[in-house]
Amino acid sequence: MILYLRLISHHPSKDFYSTFFSPKPIEMNQVEIEDALVGAIREAVTSVTKETEEALREAKRSEGEEGPQVQLDAILENIEVGKDEKRPICQDTGTQTFFIEVGEEFSSLGVLKEAIDNAVKKATKEIPLRPNAIDPLSDVNSDDNTGRFVPALHWNVVEGDEATIHVMPKGGGSENMSKLEMMTPGRGLKGVKEIVLDQIADMEGKPCPPTVVGVGLGGGADLALELAKKALMRPVGKNHPEERVAELEKELKEKANELGVGPMGVGGKTTVLDVKIEYAHRHPASFPVAVLPQCWANRQSRVKISSDRGVEVIR
Amino acid sequence: MKKGKVIETPIDPEEIAEMRVGDSFYITGTIFTARDAAHEKLLELEDEKVPFDPSEYAMFHCGPAIHKEEGVWKVVSAGPTTSIRMEIFEDEFIERFGTKVIIGKGGMGERTLKALEKHGGVYCQYTGGAGALMANAIKEVEDVHFLEELGIPEAFWMFRVKEAGPFLVTMDSAGNSTHADVAAEVDKNLKKVKSDL
Repeated sequence: MILYLRLISHHPSKDFYSTFFSPKPIEMNQVEIEDALVGAIREAVTSVTKETEEALREAKRSEGEEGPQVQLDAILENIEVGKDEKRPICQDTGTQTFFIEVGEEFSSLGVLKEAIDNAVKKATKEIPLRPNAIDPLSDVNSDDNTGRFVPALHWNVVEGDEATIHVMPKGGGSENMSKLEMMTPGRGLKGVKEIVLDQIADMEGKPCPPTVVGVGLGGGADLALELAKKALMRPVGKNHPEERVAELEKELKEKANELGVGPMGVGGKTTVLDVKIEYAHRHPASFPVAVLPQCWANRQSRVKISSDRGVEVIR
Repeated sequence: MKKGKVIETPIDPEEIAEMRVGDSFYITGTIFTARDAAHEKLLELEDEKVPFDPSEYAMFHCGPAIHKEEGVWKVVSAGPTTSIRMEIFEDEFIERFGTKVIIGKGGMGERTLKALEKHGGVYCQYTGGAGALMANAIKEVEDVHFLEELGIPEAFWMFRVKEAGPFLVTMDSAGNSTHADVAAEVDKNLKKVKSDL
């Protein structure tokens, strides 16, 4: 209902009857979508999800040594400061990355890209975000977090008339620890486990552990990496719906935490908060394995746009 | 919440020389930021042109998120950046400027460890991503050097801080390095975990 009223206020020329009984699907207001996206980015960079926070508190309870305790105390205190003061928890507010699931019958597709671009520019000024978009040839910073192909948009068409925009501000420190291996298929699942564990050990403290580790299997080189990143959007503690994938996630999490990297690489029991796997069918000759870590802040949020509930920010 | 003592700047070299890995502490006083370009800049300057004394303050590997509010610099968030990038400059920097406290994340290598040993310094880990917490401890931006030339993230920012931290000593002047120890331990654990697959 809010949506109808807003439309009336934004289109004073439309009379009551045509607004309510127009045969055309209702167009969402672009400004409203932009504002929701700014809110979602703010939420993602100033606070962590409840699942992430719970996992960090659990890590604190399980660590015994002073070193990892100091790191986790600082992390938890930092989360409180971010929440209380609406201050970005980390100075690297990331590359603004969006996974967009748009329904076949969603009526405002035409405004989404522009709304996202505008929201990123607004968020950069208002929150503020650190300007993190640099031309790779000239080294010139665009200063507003937009530029060629950024914000990074991943589109996916789904059934229905709704749209969900997943917001992921992705930091450089963790992104730098990404890895793609075109594995010899004969190495099989044992090979996958070796590659993931080798990478988690090699990364040491650099991606700001305890991390959430995304793993993409199969597809081509590009798809494996995209799936690994997309897998990070699943809440911490929630395993893949397929049992066989969920088992692999649990095994890798358990083994990763036997490595002893610990919070921020100072040693300890919690190296990963979770391992998230997504897969695609592969070419017979190829077995891409992508490993893509996310720092402990695991920043994310969502904007959902539906005809019954309008535009809303969800976690 | 505080665990460990508060040290003040100007830095007391004796106090720092006694610190060992595993100690954690807080700082009240002045810290300055320096990333890759800042190290390079100071190292190429003649002594009389160096605008402050880097031996008196703690050095922080950090490129802050910072903006001006009504003409005054305000820190938005200021966590550490990855220190190993500075490994190629750090021993020379310590040698020439006498910096005793280096704060960053992820640890540094053999060259820096040797310089810390020789000059009685420590490297401390500040928790990666804990930028809001640090911003809260920064009470004032005292000064900024080479801002126009180096840009915001790379400039030397002089922050007046109150009980900033916690900083965990992970490399000390007795040649200890938590990072080297953890790497060896992880290597051993990895071999075992993989042999059980």
